[in-house]
Amino acid sequence: MNTARRRFDALVIGAGGGGLRAAQQLAQAEAEVAVVSKVFPTRSHTVAAQGGMNAALGNVLPDNWHWHMYDTVKGSDYLGDQDAIEYMCRAAARLVIELEHAGVPFSRLDSGKIYQRAFGGQSQDFGGAQAARTCPAADRTGHAILHALYQQNLRAKTHFFDEYFALDLLTDDDGYVLGALVMDIATGEPVVIEAKTTLIATGGVGQIFRTNTNAMINTGDGMAMALRAGIPLQDMEFVQFHPTGIAGKGMLISEAVRGEGGYLVNKDGERFMERYAPNAKDLASRDVVSRAIAVEVREGRGCGPAGNHMLLKVDHLGADVIKKRLPGIRDIALTFMHVDPIETPIPVYPTAHYTMGGIPTNRYGQVVTPARTGPEEPVPGLYAVGECACVSVHGANRLGGNSLLDIVVFGRAAGNHMIDFLKDHRYHRPMPQEALERAQQRLASWENRSGDESVAALRLELTTVMEQNCGVFRTEEVLQEGVDKVMAIEERLLHAPLRDRSRVFNTARAEALEVENLVDVALATVCSALARRESRGAHSRVDYPKRDDVEWLKHSLYSKQGRRMDFKPVRMKPMTVDPFPPKERVY
Amino acid sequence: MRFSIYRYNSETDREPRMQDYVLEEIEPGMMLLNALIKLKAEDETLTFRRSCQEGICGSDGMNINGRNGLACITPLKDLDEPVTLRPLPGLPVIRDLVVDLSQFYRQYRAVKPWLTVHDPEPEVEFLQSPAQRDRLDGLYECILCACCSTSCPSFWWNPDKFLGPAALLQSYRFLADSRDQATDERLADLEGPYKLFRCHTIMNCVQVCPKGLNPTQAIGRIKKLMVKRSV
Ligand SMILES: Cc1cc2nc3c(=O)[nH]c(=O)nc-3n(C[C@H](O)[C@H](O)[C@H](O)COP(=O)(O)OP(=O)(O)OC[C@H]3O[C@@H](n4cnc5c(N)ncnc54)[C@H](O)[C@@H]3O)c2cc1C
Ligand code: SF4
Ligand code: SF4
Ligand code: FES
Repeated sequence: MNTARRRFDALVIGAGGGGLRAAQQLAQAEAEVAVVSKVFPTRSHTVAAQGGMNAALGNVLPDNWHWHMYDTVKGSDYLGDQDAIEYMCRAAARLVIELEHAGVPFSRLDSGKIYQRAFGGQSQDFGGAQAARTCPAADRTGHAILHALYQQNLRAKTHFFDEYFALDLLTDDDGYVLGALVMDIATGEPVVIEAKTTLIATGGVGQIFRTNTNAMINTGDGMAMALRAGIPLQDMEFVQFHPTGIAGKGMLISEAVRGEGGYLVNKDGERFMERYAPNAKDLASRDVVSRAIAVEVREGRGCGPAGNHMLLKVDHLGADVIKKRLPGIRDIALTFMHVDPIETPIPVYPTAHYTMGGIPTNRYGQVVTPARTGPEEPVPGLYAVGECACVSVHGANRLGGNSLLDIVVFGRAAGNHMIDFLKDHRYHRPMPQEALERAQQRLASWENRSGDESVAALRLELTTVMEQNCGVFRTEEVLQEGVDKVMAIEERLLHAPLRDRSRVFNTARAEALEVENLVDVALATVCSALARRESRGAHSRVDYPKRDDVEWLKHSLYSKQGRRMDFKPVRMKPMTVDPFPPKERVY
Repeated sequence: MRFSIYRYNSETDREPRMQDYVLEEIEPGMMLLNALIKLKAEDETLTFRRSCQEGICGSDGMNINGRNGLACITPLKDLDEPVTLRPLPGLPVIRDLVVDLSQFYRQYRAVKPWLTVHDPEPEVEFLQSPAQRDRLDGLYECILCACCSTSCPSFWWNPDKFLGPAALLQSYRFLADSRDQATDERLADLEGPYKLFRCHTIMNCVQVCPKGLNPTQAIGRIKKLMVKRSV
């Protein structure tokens, strides 16, 4: 059968904030750009972001980009690449203004300027007093940004492939990426999208953990596509557990709640964060607060009959502030816990939230892989941005409000670089038949699987294993067991048949493909966690409790072939300013 | 708990049918979407859209016991048995609870839902007072779930001519924005007996909006602006 073919200058896989910002740049430069998304664009996970986006506008308290850079480097536990961090923090103000001009309804100050709130890990003057750097649209910032970006793309006439599922990248023998094989979910038909340049912007992979704050579509598809194309994943051991997911359920209660003055208490009503972070208290970095909560619970000071959570107190802020600044949070608490934060504290526990690691890129968004000889080099034609990528601005721990920033800054940068790439590569390269066959193979393999395993059951098992064997606190033994268990699940998945093989809107097929991706990425995560024998940022090894800058101030790279680990140096040299050398990290 | 769910696969079925399901374990606080996910683990063919699980992505609009809503924020304990689930009314069904939303999205695009500014842009933000910003509350939060439009009789009868509550709410979102400079064009585009004026203030849309938005009020305000413009 002949597979349908479409041709564009540029292909963007993913219609979250990262993909849409890049597409906007390309479409405005009159490139023919196709955006493929497995859900209608405004249903992408960026829509769920609550608290806001960081930029040193200085509208509320004094601020400048260099302080923002310092906080980000420190927050990353010195694993972030300082050139990329400088680039992002310098660009931040401009990008916020651009979004405002694009229509984002940011909250306002009496002066008419954009309101800014405090978030964790923010300081003035390189570690001094708390800063207020996060620009919100109430507590629905992601929704506001995603809708505005989609609207700008409609205006710029971007081509949308809504509800198309990307299966695999298409590559030739010279290593060029020539587009992707995708599937129209509505008809089940595969379609080849040929492009001179391709961007992966498929978001994070919170779904490898049972309890998480992520949407069900966050299954790391782009990361797994990269792995299968022979590209390693970087720093996958660094998974952010957000301190305040709703206990047992996972819905996120934004850091904005603490930014507006909310705080955590244990069963004795004690503000325990004062013990763990005497200065920043509840607004210490997320890794610090999450560990503190886990320790409180472990030492018997948890709340509730099972003593398994902490309480987040907000009632003292008053009904007005809560309704005005945190309306979405109040809705979530009312809907899922039947508690009104105006009167009652919210039960919370650390919950898998954000993937710091991902597809390695430089600050132009180009995907880079280690060259066997010499330093890394770009994969020709391939770009990645957003949560699926690792540029790396978040290092070992992301600061709240830096991800919305990351996706628009690097979305725009990648768009620009792709425009340049198109100038030098004016024609499509020929598509080798083998490239297509390789990609089709994956889809075909599901058509004749047999056995008595179940995809849904294996997904649940996988996420439970990851939670138990790759959680907030880790040890060699537990991680090794995790690797073994995930590998066993990988093997068993080969015996999980697709029971529904119909074509039209077959979500069972999409879910099976997603579970395959989850397994690949889970294995990358647990293998990387096992390899790193130190504690840094979100990666806490009980058996190696100290950060070890001599051995481990380096990025890890996991390759699917042979589950090999490689390492590469952190880029400690910023673009123009002096480096921030590693120091002990206290809040 | 008993469910009766609309089943139709446009590839294989000539007629839709209702199928009964039973779910034994109901945990306290469980939402309808959780139940659907459990049912799907047993019967892979059961088809619906979903993503965020918290009422923000707008994927899982469906007709629940006769009323449009989002499965992920509908508690099971509030529902009478058998819980009857049908696709959103008035649109072509692709499969089971999945409808073809092309028409709905076309209407959205028709109102040019993007901020339009004719003046040169400053290098800083446009200033907007908190009071001006407050006028966008209740408008910008729309998640395009289509619960409103597919409960609107005028939308069922004139889907190609009447823009429907969701699109009109979006239109008003930009009319109400102090930064937008296309008021006149926007209002001119809504002239005629159908696009706007087919709304007969039946208020179904307001009753079902899961985000508590009020399209009827927005439509009323557009009508007022139209009157002002014509004098
Ligand atoms: C609840 C919550 C609140 C948050 N709040 C904040 C905040 O306040 N501030 C902040 O800075 N960050 C926040 N974050 C983090 C931030 O929202 C995300 O990191 C960011 O939005 C990711 O954007 P993205 O563009 O990379 O990906 P996404 O928005 O996840 O988009 C991914 C896109 O890829 C598509 N896709 C995926 N796989 C495929 C496939 N196989 N085929 C086709 N398409 C595919 C999807 O359809 C989607 O369009 C929050 C995160 C969560 C979970
Ligand atoms: S009020 Fe108008 S838009 Fe709303 S349901 Fe009635 S006719 Fe439709
Ligand atoms: S107005 Fe309400 S019901 Fe209508 S699409 Fe928007 S969110 Fe959904
Ligand atoms: S799943 Fe997103 S709104 Fe229900």
